[in-house]
Amino acid sequence: MDPHAPPLHGSLPPGGDLPRGGPAAGCMSTHPPPIVEIRDLWSGFRNGGVETLIHKDLNLSIAKGELLSIVGGSGSGKTVLLRQILGLETPMRGSIEVLGRPAAELTHAGAASRVGMLFQHGALYSAFTVLENIAFPLRELKALPEDLVRDAVMVKLQMVGLDPSHAHKMPADLSGGMIKRVALARALIMDPPLLLLDEPTAGLDPDRSDAFCTLVRSLHQELGLTVVMVTHDLDTIYEISTRVAVVADKHVIVNAPPREVIAFDHPFVRNFFLGGRGLRAMELLRLHPTDV
Amino acid sequence: MSDIQPRIVFEQAPQGMHARLLGLWTAENLAVPAHWDALQAALGDLPQEWRSWHWDLRQLQRMDHTGAQLLWNAWYRQWPDTLHTSAAQRAMLERVAQFSSVLPPRRRQTALDMFLRLGAVVVRVEEHVVGAVRLLGQLLLDAIQLVRAPRAGPWRDVSGHLYRIGATALPITALVGFLIGVVLAYLMAQQLRQFGADAFIVNILGVALIRELGPMLAAILIAGRSGSAITAQIGVMRVTEELDAMKVMGIPTGFRLVLPRAIALVIAMPLLAVWTTLAALLGGMLASDLVMGLTPAYFVTALAKAVQVSNLWLALGKSAVFGLMIALIGCHYGLRIKPNTQSLGEGTTASVVTSITMVILVDAMFAVVFKNVGI
Repeated sequence: MDPHAPPLHGSLPPGGDLPRGGPAAGCMSTHPPPIVEIRDLWSGFRNGGVETLIHKDLNLSIAKGELLSIVGGSGSGKTVLLRQILGLETPMRGSIEVLGRPAAELTHAGAASRVGMLFQHGALYSAFTVLENIAFPLRELKALPEDLVRDAVMVKLQMVGLDPSHAHKMPADLSGGMIKRVALARALIMDPPLLLLDEPTAGLDPDRSDAFCTLVRSLHQELGLTVVMVTHDLDTIYEISTRVAVVADKHVIVNAPPREVIAFDHPFVRNFFLGGRGLRAMELLRLHPTDV
Repeated sequence: MSDIQPRIVFEQAPQGMHARLLGLWTAENLAVPAHWDALQAALGDLPQEWRSWHWDLRQLQRMDHTGAQLLWNAWYRQWPDTLHTSAAQRAMLERVAQFSSVLPPRRRQTALDMFLRLGAVVVRVEEHVVGAVRLLGQLLLDAIQLVRAPRAGPWRDVSGHLYRIGATALPITALVGFLIGVVLAYLMAQQLRQFGADAFIVNILGVALIRELGPMLAAILIAGRSGSAITAQIGVMRVTEELDAMKVMGIPTGFRLVLPRAIALVIAMPLLAVWTTLAALLGGMLASDLVMGLTPAYFVTALAKAVQVSNLWLALGKSAVFGLMIALIGCHYGLRIKPNTQSLGEGTTASVVTSITMVILVDAMFAVVFKNVGI
């Protein structure tokens, strides 16, 4: 790998619809209704009487079938944004619509069939076995027979690349990569159209992290999922995302395919993507020409 | 919107039977009881010739893996001869077909397993005993070290625990003590009046509250309140690897976690016992005044005559022992917690149950051993 590889600017499609600065709302036009629509979002928290603003007039719209990476510096409120999309936190101002309904209603009954979430540390129920963890949303319906539930779990378990023999293990007996896979299987058990991932490859070794990326990409294609993920991992961003939204200066400064984001002129983008690590990871862009 | 009902329409056509799948075949929709029953009736037991039918999935609104699994199981896990699907549906069915495997059964229990489990119980009891002895021994060593170099002691921790275990428990112990005093006085007043022995209420309340009930009430309340907190605190430190972080820094966990809690409880418990006793006596005094017209002035002077001072020393002494026990049991269970949430819950419960039981047990032992003192 040559760290002094020529920057990719030359290979960019000429012109293109590069978003100009300012609150770059999704430059997608509106013909299919977006899966997630965030308008004029303000959020912050109060700590000892001091109010800290994280988001100010943040706009983001995520179209169906995207595989969007949200990137931003530490403390730029990426995870907060994800939690707000899930309806776990209420923003100070602005509106978030997920699948055409306010995000606050997302956590109501039946949420598992609308959205799946992979938490950073898996958030498996430690009192349940792998099988019971994945089956949990299905069993909560309290109508499907046990053998059908078990069959559905076994299919999902193998879809995420785990061996059926792990079904009876407890989460405490699993490795980090396996926990993520089980958590992914649980998030997908009801085949939700929207999948959110919080740092999906954090804590995985490069091998497993590659395997996980391949898995997410193939699931995205096979199931027609819309995937939103928060990540720091440049390899993951280049390898699988179809779009990248950069959160900086309290709003989304750019939301575009990876190649266009790299060309965007902003100090954060330059540091993040065009630093030493960024240049090395960019090799991937050439190895895996971004599909779509 | 009856359109979403998952259903199958069978039609006799010249080429053979046609089976058309309609509606929304998703887990959530299938789980609607009416939908499920209707579909089960249609799909439950397909006749022999199902394979020769023409299966058509193209008019389905949506199907998810659970729906595909249901269909696949209804097909006896075989492909029909003629199947019309969209590409996505076929991919989904193929995935289900590929991955439908029989769940490996859990290992069955054998007689040997049960025999081994018996041994595991013995080993666990032994572990508890060894752990408790080691904890006590370590505490003793730490205490000696503290006496040798009192300046290096964890005094800041002690003062924090004193506040959290002792000071913040004052309102609840006072309330419970006061109410018990009132209840006891009312009950006793009824009985004593039958014998015309009204004045003896002071003796009964004095001995019962100072010697037994005050220390016991305080100890049981603190065991429930602070014993559980100690176990949970140390247990969470285990779950979040804080204990390991302390060890890596070379800070002895016994000296920094167990010793301050033990010291704080040994100091706070007798004080709380006195406080609870005072509140209970106050309740008893008020109730006696109301029910029997014993003036508080008489109550106080009679109390001094009725109860020997040795009772107070006994109460203080056993309270200190209770405090030490609660701290040690709380720490013992806290340090045994494994890094998962279930273990945390079990450990906390076991800690509270054990410390309350031990408090009552040790109280009984005190009662037997000191039966000639102060009465």
